Amino acid sequence: MSHEIFLTVNGQAERATVPASMTLLELLRESLHLTGTKEGCGIGECGACTVLLDGLPVTACLVLAVEADGCEVRTVEGEASDGRLSVLQQAFIDAGAAQCGFCTPGMIMSARALLERSPSPSDGEIVEAIAGNLCRCTGYESIVQAIRRAAESLNGRETRKSGPSLAVNGQAVKRPRRAKARDASRADRPRSTQGGGG
Amino acid sequence: MTAELRYVGKPISRDDAVDKVTGAARYTHDLAVPGMLHAALVTSPHASAKIVRIDASAASALPGVRAVLTGGGLDYHLGLYMQDKRILARNVVRYQGEPVVAVAADTLDTAREACRLVRVEYDRLDPVLDPREALAKGSPLVHPDLDTYEHMRGVFFPQPRTNIAHHQKVRKGDFDTAIASADVTLTAKFYNPPVQHVPMETHAAIVQALPVDRAEIWTSSQSPYTVRHLMSVCFGVPHANLRVRVPYVGGGFGGKAGLHLEPLAYVLSKAAGGRPVKVVATREQEFNTLPSRQGLHSTVEIGADRDGVIGALKATYVWDAGAYADYGVNVGRAAAYSGAGPYVVPNCWIDSYVVYTNKIFGTAYRGFGHLEVLWGIERAIDMMARKLAMDPVEFRRANLLREGETTITGEPFTAGHGSPVGCLDAAAQAIAWGRPSDPVDEPYKVRGKGIAMLHKAPAMPTYTSCAAVIKLDEDGAADVLVSGVDYGQGTYTVLKQIAAEELRLPIDSVHVTWDCDTAFSPYDWQTVASRFAYMGGNAVIEAAADCLRQIRDVASSALGVAADEVVCENGTAFVKTDPDRRIPYAQLALGYTFENGNSIGGPIIGRGRYIATGLTHLDPQTGQGLPAQYWTYGAHAVEIEVDTRTGEIEILDIATALDAGKVLNPKLCVGQVVGGVVQGLGSALWEGFVFDKDGRFLNPAFVDYKIPTAKDIPRSTQQILLENPQPGGPYGARGVAEHPMISVPGAIGNALHDALGIEFTTLPLNYERILLAIRGAGEGT
Repeated sequence: MSHEIFLTVNGQAERATVPASMTLLELLRESLHLTGTKEGCGIGECGACTVLLDGLPVTACLVLAVEADGCEVRTVEGEASDGRLSVLQQAFIDAGAAQCGFCTPGMIMSARALLERSPSPSDGEIVEAIAGNLCRCTGYESIVQAIRRAAESLNGRETRKSGPSLAVNGQAVKRPRRAKARDASRADRPRSTQGGGG
Repeated sequence: MTAELRYVGKPISRDDAVDKVTGAARYTHDLAVPGMLHAALVTSPHASAKIVRIDASAASALPGVRAVLTGGGLDYHLGLYMQDKRILARNVVRYQGEPVVAVAADTLDTAREACRLVRVEYDRLDPVLDPREALAKGSPLVHPDLDTYEHMRGVFFPQPRTNIAHHQKVRKGDFDTAIASADVTLTAKFYNPPVQHVPMETHAAIVQALPVDRAEIWTSSQSPYTVRHLMSVCFGVPHANLRVRVPYVGGGFGGKAGLHLEPLAYVLSKAAGGRPVKVVATREQEFNTLPSRQGLHSTVEIGADRDGVIGALKATYVWDAGAYADYGVNVGRAAAYSGAGPYVVPNCWIDSYVVYTNKIFGTAYRGFGHLEVLWGIERAIDMMARKLAMDPVEFRRANLLREGETTITGEPFTAGHGSPVGCLDAAAQAIAWGRPSDPVDEPYKVRGKGIAMLHKAPAMPTYTSCAAVIKLDEDGAADVLVSGVDYGQGTYTVLKQIAAEELRLPIDSVHVTWDCDTAFSPYDWQTVASRFAYMGGNAVIEAAADCLRQIRDVASSALGVAADEVVCENGTAFVKTDPDRRIPYAQLALGYTFENGNSIGGPIIGRGRYIATGLTHLDPQTGQGLPAQYWTYGAHAVEIEVDTRTGEIEILDIATALDAGKVLNPKLCVGQVVGGVVQGLGSALWEGFVFDKDGRFLNPAFVDYKIPTAKDIPRSTQQILLENPQPGGPYGARGVAEHPMISVPGAIGNALHDALGIEFTTLPLNYERILLAIRGAGEGT
């Protein structure tokens, strides 16, 4: 069974007819060709597919496309504007926070969500915010540093408006509804308990 | 020379960073080819079984299914060093997770649905699960046809009618006499479980079979040319018929070297009439279908005199190779010639057995063989120091390799090897070795310090080679073509720095071409073994020199001076004694045109190459010979805090000292070290496969197989990079990419003894193991 949905993706109005079983990740990657968002596990464990749904970070592999109806979705492709890298992206480059780069889009979106809710995060908050994003290359130090530096350089400057714009490129879209908490509670997860693995 | 360097040695940001932070970087996962089908697999639920019957008729009948394959029609053997693997299981399955049936369909959903319709009837056999038992006479054989397999002869020695895929020996001096006369001896046993590489991008390949016997291949591989070569050998088609392209790769760590999903995608594409077929491993398949790091059972025996000088060392390494030894035989080989650690051992006896079992098979994993054997060696060295009542740093210092000594395979140690003792001292000093840890407020927490040495040389064939081509653009910029893959290490950025330095070009005018393509990029064996900056760097230096020669030749004619009067700087060739007489590279790159229209020269293309030199096969009986193009030495020193209520370890500080020879890019080098150390923490503290009694793999997902998260990073890390030049390396550099993860477990194990007084011998050092040991209920296995 298919459903027609309306949403904005990186400020662009989109209309899509999607099967009920289609995930937001599949919609982004396969229908909208936004392949910056990655699939690392497909079951919500690695964070590579993190996008912002009405401003909250979610793992797009666990969100059905129909759930995004009426929502504003932001992906890594929307991070730069007018051909200029965001402060956050530049901070990732400067800190050497990307190696293979496969986790990077999800990391940047988790970091983006953090900076919007907490413009001057402590290192502890930064670590909490990216604890659901696995990286096998960097050892995370440079990523924490990048987010800290981005926060420092954004402070005192106007940060990105967090509210979604309702009319983009002249097209009116349905009013976004409040997103449910969904996976956004990742930051509230208990401290990882690594004792069990072997 | 160092003072003159403009780019080499500088903290330049990665060349690929913009693509990666914007989402523009395209990986094999992201590619689609017109008409592309999607594949799914039926895998074995049993560790060992005969395949009695496969009924795929319902799957074949499903609309949208374009090909269904079983192993019956695929009489091919695959493998890098040992050709013992099938594309799909044939007659028998040898591990739980082994592919048995493959389906290609219009959509992934259809392919998966078809897989669910396949019925496979098995006749279960007793699995071989413990490699030590697999060595016993009468053990079931995982490969009864071992004697018929092709393998690299003269290097690997499979033992027919046993489970031994390879036995590597090292014999030096007279171990038996030396151990008998030693004042102090120690014997200890250690264990490392199998672990996974966990690249964030799982293995993926797209193959389109073309007429006649040609194919286009896109793959998330570390080794485009090795994929091409092994496919060529497997299917009996000329190399030129196969074009392999590698876009951005989301991590490899050794797991994407060799050949993996490409042959399967190829036969599916052929069966589907030439439609391109994409195969992407699920995360579960990445764990239990694609290969892992082998498990290892070690026994180490050391003898020393009263003054703490090691006279004898014997080690027996029994590798749990799993079902196939494709690449794993070389893990056993490398582990043997490195198997005594970076120490002077005049009397050495090592047996390294690569043993088949009915488990997921092993392959190369970052520093292969070394993290595993040095877990045992570095723990044993610490235990021995205590027996001798010596400080562990002093004991190591007394026995480290130094000039005038030889390695256990008879290689003379020279100044060009770098400074193991310098690494030891730097690491020890960084954590204030010898000074007790600061007191802890909580009475249930204890602290400890530990240290461990590491070493590794590239483990590769004696003839390993690579090449670089540099072509100048119309505007005088340079394109560098290589076929090593930068899957995150940063090598392309380093090659760009080297090319800019050597070509006397601004760095922004040098481009290393991403997306390797065997149709256009020159040869490289495989991107493994921390060898690409070293070998590729040398090839780029040579290619740049070739370009400069051509630039000077044309410029000398154009300027009317001898070629040795022409100097190149900042993208311009000029007369040494008259710098105003100058020609920019842009006017030379395609040939120089005089005012009257006459032209000379032509498009400038430089060629560079490098081949390993002086390496020898190791003597089959003694292991003597030269296996190493160069060695990289290092040390980790760590201070930890243990919560005795929970067994939880916190890493307070971990200092890593490596003798890099020359740090080509400090920013990228430090990034490699931090990332490697944290990956090493994974092996040390959390990671390990768990199997049930029937050989089923119980933790193939991130919920049950924990890798380090941002919450698990050390409170502090330190990187100390020594620069004692390697004479053959570019600017004196050595490879350092794998080394940071080696010996992290040993350093932590040693710190745990310091903190708790308990000798741990089994990895991982998870909370449960530590807590049980604290309560006197565990460890020692």
